[in-house]
Amino acid sequence: MADNMEKHKDVTGSKIGMWLFLLSEILLFGGLFILYSAYRYKFPTDFHLAAGELDRVLGTFNTLILLTSSLTMALSISSMQKGKPRSSSLLLIATIFLGFLFIGNKYFEWAAKMEHGVYPNSPRLLGRPGGEVLFFGLYYAMTGLHGLHVLAGIILLAVMWILIRKERIHRADFMLLENSGLYWHLVDIIWIFLFPLFYLIT
Amino acid sequence: MKILKYGTYVWVWVGLMILTGITVSVAGMDFGALSISVALIIAGVKSGLVLSYFMHLKYEKELIFKLMIPGILALLLLFIGIVFTDVAFR
Repeated sequence: MADNMEKHKDVTGSKIGMWLFLLSEILLFGGLFILYSAYRYKFPTDFHLAAGELDRVLGTFNTLILLTSSLTMALSISSMQKGKPRSSSLLLIATIFLGFLFIGNKYFEWAAKMEHGVYPNSPRLLGRPGGEVLFFGLYYAMTGLHGLHVLAGIILLAVMWILIRKERIHRADFMLLENSGLYWHLVDIIWIFLFPLFYLIT
Repeated sequence: MKILKYGTYVWVWVGLMILTGITVSVAGMDFGALSISVALIIAGVKSGLVLSYFMHLKYEKELIFKLMIPGILALLLLFIGIVFTDVAFR
């Protein structure tokens, strides 16, 4: 009896639900950005000096990677919408690959910094002026939290890829893919703001 | 959901690439206090593009979607405003 009933799907409701979650994420990172701005206001020179030690080329490269991953994500959803699951699947793989590239870069960046003795609570860092300690604390906290979000996104997209293969996501119902895309784009937007505030303040 | 051409997404991506290029170039020049404002404005424009096209907000008809971004922006500006009326006068 119940097996024959179609499950009620509310695409708009589902989308609103995802957006509400995204708004909460904006508040999460927003709080950290406000913390950043308060301390930057207090230690402008220290922030400027410390920022000079970050690798701007790597940061720019990461920005381009994430922006391109947003393109492949949008194209993946668009393909699904147009009834092309194979293209959709491939574009999803491209998005995941770019996500891994971003994480890889982050790893190299952090490793290089840590090798120089600059990491939260390191003796070398603690010996530096207060504002610089704060800058690097914020750097690790915010790019770290963002990186975790990228990882979570990669896992989410991998699950979506499996669901496409199983045809649980298809042209007539790709709500899950669309919502995953919304999450991925938000992670991109957060980086769009992180990048200038940490790498480009001169 | 409105079906956009692939080309639309690619053009948005081109715009994002160009804006990133501008941000990085401007950072190399010395505008002093203005630098951060320019960087933030460009970041805002890039986010606007991602929100409108990649995230489809431009094509969502329901009122709640039109209210979301202005709403969260207003909230964040309020937070920043309140924090700075404190921090700036310590």
